[in-house]
Amino acid sequence: MKIFFDYLIFPGFLFSAVVGLLAGWVDRKVTARIQWRVGPPWHQNFTDILKLLGKETIVPEGAKFTFLFSPYLGLLSVVLVAALLGEGIIFPLQGFVGDLIVVLYLLTIPAIALIMGGSSSRNPLASVGVSREMKLVLAYELPFLLSVTAVVIKSAGAIQISQILTHQMSAGSNIASISGTLAFLTALLCMQAKLGFVPFDASEAEQEIMGGVLIEYSGLPLAIFKLTKAIMLYTMPLFLIILFLAKDLSPLFLIGKYIGLLVIIILLKNTNPRLRIDQALRFFWRIPTLSAIIAIILALFGL
Amino acid sequence: MNLKLKALTKSIWVFHVSAASCNNCDIEILDCITPRFDVERFGIQLVGSVRHADALLITGIINRKSAPRVRKIYEQAPKPCVVIAVGQCALSQHMFRFGYNAPEPLDKILPVDLYIPGCPPKPEAMIDGIVKLVNKVRGNPALPKRTGVII
Repeated sequence: MKIFFDYLIFPGFLFSAVVGLLAGWVDRKVTARIQWRVGPPWHQNFTDILKLLGKETIVPEGAKFTFLFSPYLGLLSVVLVAALLGEGIIFPLQGFVGDLIVVLYLLTIPAIALIMGGSSSRNPLASVGVSREMKLVLAYELPFLLSVTAVVIKSAGAIQISQILTHQMSAGSNIASISGTLAFLTALLCMQAKLGFVPFDASEAEQEIMGGVLIEYSGLPLAIFKLTKAIMLYTMPLFLIILFLAKDLSPLFLIGKYIGLLVIIILLKNTNPRLRIDQALRFFWRIPTLSAIIAIILALFGL
Repeated sequence: MNLKLKALTKSIWVFHVSAASCNNCDIEILDCITPRFDVERFGIQLVGSVRHADALLITGIINRKSAPRVRKIYEQAPKPCVVIAVGQCALSQHMFRFGYNAPEPLDKILPVDLYIPGCPPKPEAMIDGIVKLVNKVRGNPALPKRTGVII
């Protein structure tokens, strides 16, 4: 019973969806203010989801079973991540060995769901978006995993979220060292790509490939994809806070750190043009990978 | 008024169909999302794919080439979906009404819900038209069929 409550309501689905949709509203509002506009009211993202639930769902002719299945796959895995991280913060002693690795695997599944859904929709523009998404996954996963490895080395080889948290509570945040700062900057850029925000949103480029992977989705599946993105916007900054900024996790500090990371994401989004996919790949395999490797070497020396 | 209809009228995603127009109406449509008018305040967004659309903004004369495509785009849109004719060309074919290539106006091809005249119409006129359409849609639950609002 408690597991269902955790998964469906408090740290899981309902809570993370509400927080993620509100964060999405903050994103739209700040973007509007930067562009000297007024911006939508606070309930706009909820209204969008509600409206999409009432629309017709169109399945393109010849689409495979995965077309309707993949949105649920992405949503289920990202809700599981939200529940695991939330439980890890509230009850640090309840984790199991290796839950960090489980979280890393589950965080790649939304991108895989997008790839599956887009490629089963039989649309040429969707397949262009799918190929870009695949290259983007290849680009950002390497530096992201390397920066997480640096954190693991810094907290004495622990692959359990609760151990990483307790290590930081006793020895100070991971970001307060040179290797931690380098790994944090790398992970920040990778988070931008994982969320599909502007410098790295070539797979969903509205202006050139008309929504890319989401082009054939309408109604309920589209709403689920939007919800998955909103929950990712809640989960990824929380994961970074756990890995790098976990010295003090009392509620006020937690909310402050989350809003700080959200503002960094929004500013990065609004001050950069979209990169072509080859530029994104070249960028990720050069600077962030190099800085993550330097972070690992420094962490091995204990800096 | 039920919740579904309220959500629909509070977040209108617009797909812009340019069926052989001279681009003046298109520029005026883009003016609606600039800081001066900012229709995102009301939840109105331009979307890239017709599968996400709640309203089709159709500009330009419907000629023999574009008529089947416009009808195809309308069939691809998920219902409920409204059709808005923007500009004099889409309304009444304007100066092309005796042209050999423009057989019939838009409302002979699709059920048009809102006509916004003007060459090109001002952004104020478009926002006013959307407000009138929203009021009409909220007034009776079923979306109007072929009974346009003329502003």
